[in-house]
Amino acid sequence: MFFTISLYVALAIFGLGLAYKISTWFRYNIGTAAGEISTSTRISAAVKGIFLTILSGKIFTLLRVFILDVVLQVRVLREDFLRWLMHICLYVGFMLLLLMHALDNFVTSVLFPEYYSTINPFMFLRDFFGLLVLIGIAIALYRRFILKVSRLRTGGQDHYAIIILAVIMISGVLLEGVKITSYSSYQDMVEEYTISADEEELQVLEAYWVQEFGVVSPNVKGPFDAETLELGKEAHEMTCVECHSRPHSAFLGYATAKIITPIALGLDGAKFPTILWYIHFLACWLGLAYLPFSKMFHIVASPLSLLANAVMDSGTSHPANIATRQVMELDACTHCCTCSLNCSVGVAFETIPNLNILPSEKIASVKTLAADKDLSAQQLRHIQEGIYLCTNCRRCTVVCPVGINLQDLWFNVRETLLKRDYPEFLALSPLSYYRGLMREELVDDNYPAPLARARDAIAAECDLMTASEKPLALTPTDREFKSGLGLSDQASTFSDCFGCETCTTVCPVVANFESPQEALGLLPHQIMHSCGLGLKDLAFGSSMLWDCLTCYQCQEQCPQGVCVTDVLYELKNRVIKQVKEQITN
Amino acid sequence: MKFALFLGCQIPAHLNQYETSARAILERLGVGLVDNRQFNCCGYPLRNLDFRTFVLFSARNLALASREKLNIMSLCKCCYGSLKKADHLLKEDASLLEETNSILQKEKLTYDGSIEVKHLLSVLYHEVGIESIKEQVEKPFAGLKIATQYGCHALRPSQIVQFDDPVSPSIFDQLVEATGAESIDWPTQLECCGAPLWGVNDELSMDLTQRKLTDGKLHGADYLCTACPYCQLQFDTVQEKISSERSGEHHLPAILYPQLLGLSMGIDAETLGLKLNQLPIDGIQNYLAAPENIQEAVKA
Repeated sequence: MFFTISLYVALAIFGLGLAYKISTWFRYNIGTAAGEISTSTRISAAVKGIFLTILSGKIFTLLRVFILDVVLQVRVLREDFLRWLMHICLYVGFMLLLLMHALDNFVTSVLFPEYYSTINPFMFLRDFFGLLVLIGIAIALYRRFILKVSRLRTGGQDHYAIIILAVIMISGVLLEGVKITSYSSYQDMVEEYTISADEEELQVLEAYWVQEFGVVSPNVKGPFDAETLELGKEAHEMTCVECHSRPHSAFLGYATAKIITPIALGLDGAKFPTILWYIHFLACWLGLAYLPFSKMFHIVASPLSLLANAVMDSGTSHPANIATRQVMELDACTHCCTCSLNCSVGVAFETIPNLNILPSEKIASVKTLAADKDLSAQQLRHIQEGIYLCTNCRRCTVVCPVGINLQDLWFNVRETLLKRDYPEFLALSPLSYYRGLMREELVDDNYPAPLARARDAIAAECDLMTASEKPLALTPTDREFKSGLGLSDQASTFSDCFGCETCTTVCPVVANFESPQEALGLLPHQIMHSCGLGLKDLAFGSSMLWDCLTCYQCQEQCPQGVCVTDVLYELKNRVIKQVKEQITN
Repeated sequence: MKFALFLGCQIPAHLNQYETSARAILERLGVGLVDNRQFNCCGYPLRNLDFRTFVLFSARNLALASREKLNIMSLCKCCYGSLKKADHLLKEDASLLEETNSILQKEKLTYDGSIEVKHLLSVLYHEVGIESIKEQVEKPFAGLKIATQYGCHALRPSQIVQFDDPVSPSIFDQLVEATGAESIDWPTQLECCGAPLWGVNDELSMDLTQRKLTDGKLHGADYLCTACPYCQLQFDTVQEKISSERSGEHHLPAILYPQLLGLSMGIDAETLGLKLNQLPIDGIQNYLAAPENIQEAVKA
């Protein structure tokens, strides 16, 4: 009764959770373009899209992707054999257990009318599938906690997934072991299935079961003489053999039974078979009910993501469907961290303590953003920085085992974040190259705003540049600033500048303007001079810093060996650091 | 001759034809390539932001290559310049080296300064040699005028990158002439393509690119030739944008050096990815000497 009620409760939560999660695919938005498409448009576009795809030749593409990527997991295999083995063990083992063991009334009994869970091959297979899952769990633990693969982050959801699987599996094996030894279970069966009440016959049967089936009896103990066993075997063959193979084939349970034999009577008396049974099925119900809200939801979303990405592309697919797919992809993420392991800039996390640099962790932030949850200014700045710190090399997208188009995701989220008011200084670096190439793709006219905002934020910190009158103190030298210029050995060379202006003369950027000072602020030689005078505000505030090509013409030609370009690099590093600190405080 | 191929970030994402064409010519020339999927960004885009992160990025790549005991060959001038720069700094600055290695240690990597960083062009010129390249040229170009784009970060700062003479370089011109084409003189040859400012200050970036294109055209170039993804994207994809936004006599399509050399070696246009360029460059095949004139062209 409790079993059935709790099952229906778990199923109801699972069903509602599933409906809720799937509804978010059509309700949540990532990126500005998606916001303009209504939920109803997205649902009808999805239905139409699915229908048309199935009717078209793309059905074969879907079939191929389903077999190779969903069933055989070729994308994982390409990445790493150990991981592939882990996941194949986990999912093949678990799926087969689900079908053959958990759903035996609906699947196995229908396919095999002679099915009993206690006869072979089913008894052996149950343990074999269980062993697969246990091997998978062991590999997962090994990778995450012993091998400690760098940039493979383990979070709450990963712990949960490993624990719930482990509890289900281990409780199952223990339950099997305890039941093999259990005298009370044996007695229940005897009462239910033996017709004869012949005391002697029951005794020899018991002896036979103690000897051959691992039952631990309080009454009889081996070794038994051959005659008893022969008679026991006859009794067994009359009543039990149809439904019972010897438990040796259930090798995990049988091994457990052998280990616990000395304490088996105590365990049986303490009702361990019942306790373990409760633990086993309640853990299953918990896993089922929580599935839509855990990373296990990838069981549903990942195959869909792989299939959708195989037949969709940004050029031809309906924008509504792309919007829906992008939200769905967030649920497809299994937090396997393949993206982070392959990320071109992932190693930056070692020096810049912002988790959002790692794509696998960015996904979690994007989920929060998509759900429109409140985030602090600090969190938003961190997400923005993490998303901008990306060379758009597509590696994450290429390697993702569930086919998430991460690069498009970053692009959309980046633009949404850039609409807020936080200056992003990374925009003033070659990381913006891709954004420039993609500028026609931007839906609204937000292209120049983030660049201006970053420059303005820096200029605001350097008021000397913007002041119309520039009175300088008689002893303006900022010694700390002067002596601090030297992150690299090249940057301290500014003090050798004798003001010949060669750097400015050869600069192609300066040459591009009729009145360069108006366009650029200070020119290269003036910046070198400001450094010499310790005028930090002037050196930091000049637009020239951000319009420098870093072509090294100035440095190459300097007769004094001033590393002009490197000094400019260092000034950029320092001013960004200073302005960022000011903003955070 | 074997190198660890350093593709960087731009080529796999936006310039696949550079990789396929480079692999095709290098295979013919007997240069072995080893791929290392663990390589990360060279650090170039982060130099504005954080010096130490940039050095760490380059150092990790150098450490990965040194673990395999292979010198690095970069196809990108900006990767080349950054790797060379970081290599130099780590050799000069003991505390920077220590700090960097302590981070690399977590992945059981060590920067030991044992790796040489080379660019595709320096490998072709110094290791393969012009003569060996000429031997492989089956269909030389005739009457084709090429403007070579050297690329700032390969040439300068010259004491560190040591690619070629920074004032009058010639490697690239000789490599182009090995294909039978003529490498022209053009005043802005050694200037920047404008790519570092694309996305940061587009107007300025376009000014500089347009200036070079106009100059090349004025001095008679039929095509620009590049050996860097940033230069190529700038002269190809960004040029297309310039043409749609601005008027002027600047139409000058760009071809990647391995595409140019590959055509003269008789490698098919598909392998070289000619169609993947944004501005059509199919026409360059018209300059390949007709079979009956090959002997003459080779002699010339």
